Amino acid sequence: MPRNLLEAVLVALLAGLLTVPILGIHIQVDGIKVSLQGNAMPVLAIMAVVFAARLFQVPQKAATGMAYLSQRLPRPPRLAASYRPVLIGLVIVVAIVWPFTASRSAIDIATLALIYVMLGLGLNVVVGFAGLLDLGYVAFYAVGAYGYALLSMHWGLSFWACLPLCVLMAAATGCLLGFPVLRLRGDYLAIVTLGFGEIIRLLLNNLNALTGGPDGIGNIAKPTLFGLEFAREPSTEGGVTFHQFFGLDYHSIDTLIFLYLVALGMALLILYVINRLIRMPIGRAWEALREDEIACRSLGLNPTTIKLSAFGFGASTAGFAGAFFAARQGFINPESFTFIESAIVLAIVVLGGMGSQLGVILAAIALTALPEIARQFAEYRMLIFGLVLVLMMIWRPQGLVPASRPRLELPERAETAP
Amino acid sequence: MSLESNPAATAETTSTPSALLEVRQLSMRFGGLLAVDGVSFDMRPGQIFAIIGPNGAGKTTVFNCIGGFYRPTSGTVLLDGQPIHGLPSHRIARQGLVRTFQNLRLFRTMTVVENLLISQHTQLETRLLSGLFKTPKYRRTETEALERAVFWLEKVGLLHLANREAGNLAYGQQRRLEIARCMITHPKLLLLDEPAAGLNPQETRDLDRLINALRSEHQVAVLLIEHDMSLVMGISDDILVMEYGRPIATGTPAEIQRNPRVIKAYLGEE
Repeated sequence: MPRNLLEAVLVALLAGLLTVPILGIHIQVDGIKVSLQGNAMPVLAIMAVVFAARLFQVPQKAATGMAYLSQRLPRPPRLAASYRPVLIGLVIVVAIVWPFTASRSAIDIATLALIYVMLGLGLNVVVGFAGLLDLGYVAFYAVGAYGYALLSMHWGLSFWACLPLCVLMAAATGCLLGFPVLRLRGDYLAIVTLGFGEIIRLLLNNLNALTGGPDGIGNIAKPTLFGLEFAREPSTEGGVTFHQFFGLDYHSIDTLIFLYLVALGMALLILYVINRLIRMPIGRAWEALREDEIACRSLGLNPTTIKLSAFGFGASTAGFAGAFFAARQGFINPESFTFIESAIVLAIVVLGGMGSQLGVILAAIALTALPEIARQFAEYRMLIFGLVLVLMMIWRPQGLVPASRPRLELPERAETAP
Repeated sequence: MSLESNPAATAETTSTPSALLEVRQLSMRFGGLLAVDGVSFDMRPGQIFAIIGPNGAGKTTVFNCIGGFYRPTSGTVLLDGQPIHGLPSHRIARQGLVRTFQNLRLFRTMTVVENLLISQHTQLETRLLSGLFKTPKYRRTETEALERAVFWLEKVGLLHLANREAGNLAYGQQRRLEIARCMITHPKLLLLDEPAAGLNPQETRDLDRLINALRSEHQVAVLLIEHDMSLVMGISDDILVMEYGRPIATGTPAEIQRNPRVIKAYLGEE
């Protein structure tokens, strides 16, 4: 008991120390005089809670053997195989119908969430499957966004024509970076990619003639539906807008719904492609490389090409999402491509569960939707975000929905020798 | 499977132009340490050849040089008459020379059958589009790969564990899986680095039978490093003994057991 008490006091003091700068000090503005004022109540309250919680904490029983394994790695209930397609279809139908009943802001947030779903899925291939820690992922996102903005501004290419070009540009950038740095591993790779992300941002900021520098690029064209614009008036002489063509009244929400549906389609495409890839030899090779590079080499797999393919694929996904981001915003500047974006996407992958598609999707939605819904707690966002990450690392290091290994159906006994 | 040796392999004892592996004056220097010093030997197709020696004699370094994990300081290695020294390890593996590791290198979080699919990577349909659209050719190669995996799992007695994570298998099972993972690539030459380490006597006897079966049924030559003398003496056609990086004797098991230098290296001076 005394040991428990001592521990509880120490933990409470630590909690107090940590909360003082956040809750214990108020900035008092009195005319031009700014002073700091102590505010002990919230700090004391938190210390009391932490103290009590620590003191009366039930010691966790250490599980052993299989019980330990099943406790650490809870398997999500496996759906019967025949229900899966039905369930997936249902979710897709709901996702398509939903915007017609939702509010403007909800659709807007959902579109943003879908962008992060795309980014998360792409980074999941690099970090979750291939095990390459990439902290400069946002660079490829920026390449896609600026790629579309510039192509559209200078050559007037449409969104749909630019989309594959942006994917190619981002993939090329990924391979360009990948060649020299992929022989590095772990922390070293993380540092180089971090630097690369910053280089791209600084380039965008300083290449005034090309990118407009900090002012960015504005008036980026929105996607069209087979050439039909979503606007009150056509932007070009003799153009026809969506509502004119179908003889409907103009509703500005139509644009939002359309953008949402485009994002949904793009996210589903990425999801499908990745789902196929991870069951293909290349996807297996990505995972094998994460597990043991030397074993891969000893079996004839070329680690360079495999790493490059994972890196390039992740980059192209970011470019894909970036092009859409530019089209949706209509305006981009380097501020949208800071390190914090890379960190958020990485957090999505880690929270969702490395290598788990469903987990990444849920985490992307949670991390974009929750801050918008809980706007009144906006000041605490980073605090809560950090807390959630720490708690996850303690209780569920494998992520919200841990990746489950695909079970392969074996062919009937093969009698013939290979 | 009994311990009978391959009659074709024992008939000729000297090196022939049709040697599968020719190692000539292989040396490997790490800074001031000469880990391998002038090792030469030949292997015929289908031969079982053992390298033995005290700990630190440079046996695994020889493996790493042959397999391309180290670039030898000097010397040549020919596989089927083609020089392979200095090639990257994955290129050497594709020419039919694969190995297991002293401390097991399985893909631990992947399932047993996935381990066997990965080692067939170079033989599979890996083009992006055929996989995305599941072309008939893609389906066929995947099914064939699974069939080969089932064949080898049955061979090493792991079929009932096919969908388990490889890291959760018992130690002896992991050793057998690693051998199956190599054999599924159709190697000409299989390098086994201490395959019996950590096995109990029963498992060692099973391993003995397995290696003999690999040679007689799948025509693979086996180069092994091993400390278990009963296994080495029973199974090998020829043995190379190393001490301090230098070869001190080569010959059949009977010759090696009589060789005074070998006895000295193992038991010390009288």
